[in-house]
Order: sequence, then structure tokens, then C-alpha cells
Amino acid sequence: MKTIAVVGGSLAGLSTARALRHQGFDGRLFIISGERHRPYDRPPLSKTYLAGTVTDAEIALEAADEDLDADWRFGVTALALDPSGRRLDLSDGSALVADGVVLATGASPRSVPGTPRLAGAHVLRSVDDSRSLREDLRPGARLVVVGAGFIGAEVASTARGLGLEVVVVEAASHPLSGPIGAEMGSVVASLHTRHGVELTCGMGVVGLIGGDRVTGVALADGRVVDADVVLVGIGVRPNTEWLRGSGLAAAEGVICDAYGATPVANVVAVGDCAAWYEPALGRHVRFEHWTAARERGAIAAATLLSGGTEFRSGRPPYFWSDQYGLTIQIAGHIAGADSIVVEEGSTADCDFLAVYRRRADPVAVLAMGRGKSFMHWRRQLATAAVSARQE
Amino acid sequence: MVVVCPLADLPPGDVRRVDVEPPIAVFHTDAGELFAVDDTCTHQDASLADGWLVGCEIECPLHASKFDLRTGAVDAPPAKRPIRTHDVSVVDGIIHVALSTAAPLAPASTGVPLDIP
Repeated sequence: MKTIAVVGGSLAGLSTARALRHQGFDGRLFIISGERHRPYDRPPLSKTYLAGTVTDAEIALEAADEDLDADWRFGVTALALDPSGRRLDLSDGSALVADGVVLATGASPRSVPGTPRLAGAHVLRSVDDSRSLREDLRPGARLVVVGAGFIGAEVASTARGLGLEVVVVEAASHPLSGPIGAEMGSVVASLHTRHGVELTCGMGVVGLIGGDRVTGVALADGRVVDADVVLVGIGVRPNTEWLRGSGLAAAEGVICDAYGATPVANVVAVGDCAAWYEPALGRHVRFEHWTAARERGAIAAATLLSGGTEFRSGRPPYFWSDQYGLTIQIAGHIAGADSIVVEEGSTADCDFLAVYRRRADPVAVLAMGRGKSFMHWRRQLATAAVSARQE
Repeated sequence: MVVVCPLADLPPGDVRRVDVEPPIAVFHTDAGELFAVDDTCTHQDASLADGWLVGCEIECPLHASKFDLRTGAVDAPPAKRPIRTHDVSVVDGIIHVALSTAAPLAPASTGVPLDIP
């Protein structure tokens, strides 16, 4: 393999590019990034970076002396991949022919359907989004957050810290009921309310109201919540539309095996745009978390270079969220769990560890402020996953 | 010299946190090597002794930064600054650590500028 093109210059693309070099690839390496910035770390964009307490240089993903010997194309997107998987058409009018292609195009935030772009109404994905939202987070202003997922909850927390009045509207019955379930979602709900955030759950949003600038959020029950600033955090869709014609476009993400291989030879996909087969669940899952974007780059690189399948670790998925001065940590797969038991501490104090089980087997663990025992459980889940595979 | 514990009390794969100022963590790797490093992650306040040890690499329990125990170098973000390493010796079966005289690392910005000219 003499030439590899990585499409996407964020954590997943960069991790894969690093892994390609680490695993001995010494050919030409192209990195096509739609961003006008060098790679940066996204988790701070809803937290410390949004609050203005860390600098651009601190969220850079590359070290100052790092050199991947790559040909970076910034501000350029890929428009098409031919079905052989060898030729990429780029937005600057050029085309690239490569022996191997890494799809790491990420995902884009969903907006409220049928809503025009209004000043003061934001989504949050990029560093530019974060800078623009920060401009609007003035003390005393009223922020309405649509969606109580990780982004919504973290922005609500940051905005409270900056002295804004904050209202959160969530369509589901509880915050984060998808990733952590309703029961633990209610604990997260209590975090919001005890920090002075007004939380309304089970309420859809039908649109944003305003002229040039947003002035309110229209709810499904006909009410309008007044707003100076709005953050819409209602999930993302994978950036796969450009792959139409390649056979790889799918609304649920690029379908891959458990090692990142797509159905097209010498094309792998990684990060938020990719739905890898998840052996523990028996289906394809788009696992849109930071740790997956970072760790799977090495697996995808090995798949591309050698068809290797030895890299996949038995570690369960891990993700976290920092809100209101607390870190919520989650490891494992909650799907299929039939019980949740608080093993340590108390949910009322937001200081606890809970284990999700399926029949008697632990499948996931969630903790607030219990780092040491959380790591103990995380290791146990990994051991269980390895022994399950060996059986 | 900081006296840590008898080597027999720290089996391979295990770690001991020592409450000096700043606190250090002493790791005994599965391969049988001993390493001592600053215990606090340079990214955010978290104890690396609670982290995930793989080979000679410790992964922070909070945000999954990785450090090379041999050099203290950052192997994976979000941390940008290395951790200090300390010399370990075993004398008469007791683990000792000679604390580094290097200053704890100042919060310097070591990343590249983000904006493309």
C-alpha cells in the first residue's frame, strides 16, 4: 500500500493516521479535513473551553513537535468516493487516488426541523460553534437548552457557572435515558434542578421563535419559553451522505465489521461516522464517544494495513460527562440490562456506584464521584468480556 | 528517600499511592519492573494510581490520557504535559523512591496553534 487517504481530521482520523505511521506505513499519507483548524479535542468545547478557562493551544490534539509526514488539506471536504474505493473527489476540485481510504468524517448536529437559522440559536460540535456560543453566554441572559443529553447537560452546567438563567427542555421522560436508562436519568435530572436549572421532561419542541434573533422556543403543548440564547443538543447524524454512489452510505453510519472494515476492499471507517459490529450486542452500533474515536484508530489502521484482527481489546466501552463539578463515568453496554443496583453510596447525594446486570451478569457500571471503585468494576467487565469470548 | 513498602507487598500489576507532596504512585508492572511517577494527572485532578495499567503505560481513570511510566511522556491526549518520574530502588527487599528534584511541571501551553493561516 503506497498511498492512504484519511478523510476527516479530528480525533478518529488523527488517531488512525498516527496508528498507520506507528504500525510502519511509510507511504504517502493524505489527511482531508473539512475544518479550518488543526485537530482539536472536542470534550472541552461544552465545558472549560466554552467557559473560557482553557486556551486554543490547550485543546490542540497535536504536540508542537509532532510530525506525521502527512499532506494535510484543511477546509476541504470529500464529495464522492467511487465504488472501487480508490478515487476521492474533493471540494477544491481536485481528485485523489489512493490504495487505502479511512472514512472518519464524523457527524453533524441535528437541528430542530423546519427552523430557519436565527442569531442566538446554536448547535455545538466545532470549535467555531463553541466560540460563537460563548459570545452569547452573557451573565444574566436566559439560555434555553433543547435536549438534555451530554452536550445539553454540560452546556447547561457551564452556563450556570457563567451566571445565566437556564431552562432545559427534553423530549424523553428523563435526561440521558438512552445511554444510561430512565432510573439513572432521574438522578441526573436531580443534578440539574439542585443547581437551579429548570428542567422540563417529556416535552417536545416544535420550533424556534424570533425575527432576526431568537426570542423563544415553541413547545409541543403550545407554550413558548422565552430565550435570549438557545442551544439545540438533540443528537447527531453521521456524515455519510457524500458516500452515496459508493454503496457505503447509510443513515445509521458506515456499516463495518468488528475491526472497521467496510464492504469495499481497502476502505475502513472509524469514529462517529462508523457503525461497527458489536459482538457483545450482536448488532452494528455507532458508538459516538471519544474513547471509541481514539482507541479504534489503531484497530482500523491494522485492518487496512494487514487485514489484522488481533488488536481489538476486550475493554468495554467507556465514556464520561463532567457536569456541575461532578464526573459521571459509564462503562459497558446497558442494552439488555434487567436490573440496576446501587452498590456503593447514595444517589440522593450524587455520590454512588451502580451496576447494571443482565440476569446475574454485570454488563455496565455507572458512577458519580467514585473513581477508584469504578475502575475496579471497569476491569471486572473487561475480564468478563474476555472470558465470554473464550467460551 | 521515601520508603514505600516491602517489595513482597506490591505484586506485579499492583500500585501503591504514597502521600508525599505532591503525591506519587509506584507501579509494579506485569513484566516485573518498578516505576514511580507523580500521581496526579497533568490534565485534570485525578489519581493515576486509580488508572488502568497496560504494560508500561498508565491510563488516567477520568479522561483516558496515557503516560509512559518509563519517561513520563504523554502517549495519548487530552493531557499535554508529561508527568515527572522518580527513581526507584529496592534495598533489602524494601522499595525506596528518590524524589525528582525537577520542579513540578508548570502549566505551559504545548499544543500547536489551531488556526490555519
